[in-house]
Amino acid sequence: MANTSIMIVGVGGQGTLLASRIIGNMAMTKGYDVKMSEVHGMAQRGGSVVTYVKYGDKVYSPIIPKGEADIILAFEQLEAYRWLPYLKKNGKLIMNTQKIDPMPVIIGQQNYPENIIEKIKNLNVDVIPIDALKFALQAGSVKTVNVVLIGLLAKYTDICKEDWMKAIEQTVPSKFLDVNKTAFALGYGL
Amino acid sequence: MRKLMLGNEAIARGAYEAGVTVVSSYPGTPSTEITEAIAKYSEIYSEWAPNEKVAVEVAIGASIGGARAMSAMKHVGLNVAADPLFTCSYTGVNGGLVFVVADDPGMHSSQNEQDSRHYAKAAKILMLEPSDSQEAKDFTIKAYELSEKFDTPVIIRLSTRISHSQSLVEISDRQNVPLKEYQKDFQKYVMMPAMGRKRHVIVEERMKALQRYAENCELNKIEWGDRKIGIITSGIAYQYAKEALGDVSYLKLGMVYPLPEKLITEFVSQVDKAYIIEELDPVLEEHCKKLGCNVIGKDLLPITGELSTEIIKEKILGIKAENVLKPIENIPIRPPVMCPGCPHRGVYYVLKKLKIVVSGDIGCYTLGALPPLESMDTCVCMGASVSGALGMEKARGKEFGKKLVAVIGDSTFMHSGVTGLIDIVYNKGNSTVIILDNSITGMTGHQDNPTTGFTIKGEPTKQVDLVKLSQAIGVERVQIVDPFDLEKFEKVVKEEVEAEEPSVIISQRPCALLKHVKFDGPLTINQEKCTGCKMCMRLGCPAISNKEGKIEIDMTLCNGCGLCLKVCKFSAIEKAGDLNG
Repeated sequence: MANTSIMIVGVGGQGTLLASRIIGNMAMTKGYDVKMSEVHGMAQRGGSVVTYVKYGDKVYSPIIPKGEADIILAFEQLEAYRWLPYLKKNGKLIMNTQKIDPMPVIIGQQNYPENIIEKIKNLNVDVIPIDALKFALQAGSVKTVNVVLIGLLAKYTDICKEDWMKAIEQTVPSKFLDVNKTAFALGYGL
Repeated sequence: MRKLMLGNEAIARGAYEAGVTVVSSYPGTPSTEITEAIAKYSEIYSEWAPNEKVAVEVAIGASIGGARAMSAMKHVGLNVAADPLFTCSYTGVNGGLVFVVADDPGMHSSQNEQDSRHYAKAAKILMLEPSDSQEAKDFTIKAYELSEKFDTPVIIRLSTRISHSQSLVEISDRQNVPLKEYQKDFQKYVMMPAMGRKRHVIVEERMKALQRYAENCELNKIEWGDRKIGIITSGIAYQYAKEALGDVSYLKLGMVYPLPEKLITEFVSQVDKAYIIEELDPVLEEHCKKLGCNVIGKDLLPITGELSTEIIKEKILGIKAENVLKPIENIPIRPPVMCPGCPHRGVYYVLKKLKIVVSGDIGCYTLGALPPLESMDTCVCMGASVSGALGMEKARGKEFGKKLVAVIGDSTFMHSGVTGLIDIVYNKGNSTVIILDNSITGMTGHQDNPTTGFTIKGEPTKQVDLVKLSQAIGVERVQIVDPFDLEKFEKVVKEEVEAEEPSVIISQRPCALLKHVKFDGPLTINQEKCTGCKMCMRLGCPAISNKEGKIEIDMTLCNGCGLCLKVCKFSAIEKAGDLNG
């Protein structure tokens, strides 16, 4: 099969790494070749972060070039907008509607762009916005925003729900498993 | 069994399977997870050393003692360890000895993007370079065989995209490698001029033997495809090239020093056009050109930053990505920031207020150089804050010294700040050194160090007492202050910079991300009391923002550290309800 390329973008500390590892484990269990590239160190401290996951018959580079992501899973609006050039022409943008001001906005040097969702839609992009924070709170923990988003992403892949659940069990520490399973189900049910 | 592993974890697995028993390292992005993963194997003794020089020396000692040993570090760490590196090339090994160095092209988390391949050549040490996690594991095992076979240390070179990418790795069992016999051999292990001269001859012979080995070893291989284009490459650049160019011909070099000659000239002679695809410096290219090969490298491809599939496609095939979706406006950048609750925030708030020149250092606290705190003047390398401050004071005089401090983290101080402090005292400087003691090595992701009281395995151990250490060096003015006690902190800084003798201020408060650090939960702004004076915003806390003139606290980011409460003159900041209901 042709490789599937998924980018996870957000703000350091939002749990993008765990989300990418769930996708990676799912793809490995399905017998695909998998590569993913992560961010550690300084960039993690509240900066713009991106993780790449690629799976298929044979993957060479762990990085996704511009215009080649099948799906971008964005944890924050501005980050969705920033990484948009990486989306394929007919790709999907799944986007948490949460907004987190970057430092240049906080200190008044720059403005947070307005109506990002509208602007992206006007570029004929298939955007799926979701208030993941709301569902994470409903699941019982603000920290499950990432798994709510994975739930929504799962709907748009041809991998069945059970395989996703297995990947979550493999990835998430057991004491947080229940709340994460609930979060996944909420995302998947949207 | 196959597992998804980071390149770093695969190196650790390779060390485990190769029967390694001693590992000593100092953390540094992108190399840290190697030693963290090794610490999980109970069969291997592992440790965090105070710095890379010590770590490499521990590994050398272990090798001479007969064990298979390793030390892993980031590129700039190898600079620190360069002294033992050059000479252990002369002594050779007893048990296999491998150094892993992780370069950081693109500087994701570093102060420069030096190319560590130069060290292999300069120190005359065999260097391997894997291009994915499977190779990271396989090459590690191979490195121990080669180390013992050729009596040489081996360097494995990684880059961020190898270290921090996960790919599939086939797992095997651990080899049982018995400890080699230790025999006193001062001709081999005591490097005085008389012995060193003899060893140098042996090193040159070893280089010739390795050169012959490079010509037809399994680490260097040709993949024939379309012969119109031939690519000579190694490491992550091989993956980018494969993805960009598909079925052309490749000479993939797994051994990047010493480089083969015949293999390269024959490959180049059999393709129409040969390109060298390598990140950073033209190391392969210069070698090929020296051989008289007609190759294209840095004339076409960049010498700075990372390579990518896109760059290779564009430069070699002339294909540009088309119809890329673009935002219709400029997007604000999102630089990394100090976390909510970070103890360093209090320090920089005070230093900025006092308009003090700050000689800075390497760690999370380097982020204090960025707006709005903007209170760091210099950052060169580990430890340079302390010695650099003395240099500034000696250059500009005592009065300038009264507006100057050095800031350095606890782990960085242990790494190479101590010697700078000794210099200040010994040479009668007056500098003020602020040790930012947050009880952990922060930026690299929470590693223990000699000041934390725990080993890499989490076992309790002796803790360096920073007060007594400073006093023993000869600093008479030493005190511990909480950086969130802003008034006291300001008072202490003012006093100590004025003092005409060396001072140490230990700014003590644990990293907000440590599990045991608990705050009261998110705060909120009482809009009726808030006058919009923006004092709280001067802290540069990512949780506080200005929403069209209304100052707000993001409850998902705020942990309730309470620093903003202390700067608000109108008592407008209050405890919020529980976010999770």
